[in-house]
Amino acid sequence: MFWDKKIETLKPDELQELQLKRLKKTLGLVQHVDFYRKLLSGAGVKTSSIKTLDDIQKIPFTKKQDLRDGYPFGFFAVPMKKIVRIHTTSGTTGKPTVVGYTQKDLDTWADLIARNMTMVGIGKDDIFQNMVNYGMFTGGLGFHYGAEKIGMAVIPSATGNTKRQIEMIMDFGVTTIHCTPSYAMHLSEIAEEMGATLDSLRTGIFGAEPWSESVRQTLEKRLGVTAYDSYGLSELFGPGVAFECPERDGLHIWHDSFFVEIIDPKTGERVSDGERGELVVTPLVKEAMPLLRYRTGDITVKMEDGCLCGRGQKIARITGRSDDMLVIRGINVFPSQVEHVLLKIPEVGNQFMVYIDRINHLDEMTVDVEINREYFSGELADLARLQKKVVKELRDALELRTTVKLVEPGSLPRFEGKAKRVIDRREAI
Amino acid sequence: MDTQKFVIRQISIFSENRPGRLAAIAHALGEEKINILAFSIAEANGFGVVRALVDHPERAHDKLLSLGFNVAFTDVIAVRMKDQPGGLYEVAKILGDAGVNIEYSYAYSGKEGAVLILRVDQVEEAIKKIKNSGATLLERSVFH
Repeated sequence: MFWDKKIETLKPDELQELQLKRLKKTLGLVQHVDFYRKLLSGAGVKTSSIKTLDDIQKIPFTKKQDLRDGYPFGFFAVPMKKIVRIHTTSGTTGKPTVVGYTQKDLDTWADLIARNMTMVGIGKDDIFQNMVNYGMFTGGLGFHYGAEKIGMAVIPSATGNTKRQIEMIMDFGVTTIHCTPSYAMHLSEIAEEMGATLDSLRTGIFGAEPWSESVRQTLEKRLGVTAYDSYGLSELFGPGVAFECPERDGLHIWHDSFFVEIIDPKTGERVSDGERGELVVTPLVKEAMPLLRYRTGDITVKMEDGCLCGRGQKIARITGRSDDMLVIRGINVFPSQVEHVLLKIPEVGNQFMVYIDRINHLDEMTVDVEINREYFSGELADLARLQKKVVKELRDALELRTTVKLVEPGSLPRFEGKAKRVIDRREAI
Repeated sequence: MDTQKFVIRQISIFSENRPGRLAAIAHALGEEKINILAFSIAEANGFGVVRALVDHPERAHDKLLSLGFNVAFTDVIAVRMKDQPGGLYEVAKILGDAGVNIEYSYAYSGKEGAVLILRVDQVEEAIKKIKNSGATLLERSVFH
């Protein structure tokens, strides 16, 4: 099934023509952003220098750090009166990355989500329970508006209270769910404990963190769904950038809306089709916050084979990252964020270790931190207060619940050269 | 009244809650020929504080510090209790009636009866009340 068959199945030459037209338009829009005026003039690139799609390689990359440096609104290309929504993603140094949307952006975004959901056969008759965070995280409202656009019955259940989630699935006859794969695993266990069979479920959309084929098999068996992988990032609207079709062999990335390059993260050179590298995306339809050659940090590969469904070139499921970003319960975390928080608390040292485990299918993050000798009063209550304070500061900065362990000064490993402060003990998925 | 002579220096040692930490502390004190007169362990979420009365607090402090332990001194008082039913009640009631809060406490029973070690919120006030009530406070010199 197609939401927009013409655009989803454009022939290569028509697609390239559309991409070039939209790229030129985007180049016009970025002139309203100081960062891009400087970037382009520094590289000697004028709008007229981009005559073919290959000319995009003359433009330098945009990195996540550039967006952080533009905090809060440095990358907005439209006046604030045209902005109708703001989302943020966690940043590495306490300041988040801000993304803005015009009404047209929200419409475009909802349309992309509608394409994805229609592609896997979900329609007006479906009842959709959206079990992700509805706040600053783009996964909640993103899917919400896309599903409403299709005309589905949307239940904005958000996260938490798993038993209630299961009761609603049963009582409302929910057919489609969206959540992180780890939450889905958790949900399936609780459902089993409750003896809930979840007979009405047919489709599961899982995203925001990487997951394996074996997780897919387990989820499909336990929840009775067909499971689809969803990919997106807030800088590119949010979810909806790429999605699996019923073939479930790679993700369709929407080439009319996102110009895709795969580069060697070390050299910045393009790799050939079939070679792994970092996904670099130039959004072609964004209005409030246009970006050029944005380095996503995600590692994938352009797949060479065509797809039976008739849509365009696919990318492989994301297998890792080119930087040190962690994805914990769907939330992006950089080790430097933890460091930044600890630096602000004098009672603890600056050395730390982060351990990530998967307990009952949910990611758990433990931070070991040394107490500072000078602040040790000898009182247990002071230590307990300090522990709570660190937990709270981390939660405020990361929007993530963590376990904080106070350890003896000098007991954590010191690193010469590149520090290895994160031990990810989650099984490879 | 000179209350200072009744103020006893407890050493408090931060310790992670894992095997071998108490052994490491005890070994260090043993090496320095420091005798532990009373001690207790308080534990919280993943860590604890070892509290001890020793015969040479300064030496214990320096030794543990040199080994990397986090050590602090805490002022406590020691009260002799009757080593019989109701003994603890007598002492606790004196402080309760005086509005002095006991933050924590531990006890030992020695040759000359039972002794209650108290960490209280108002040390001076506690010493005065206990003295006035006729109960026996142990002087610092008994320990170190």
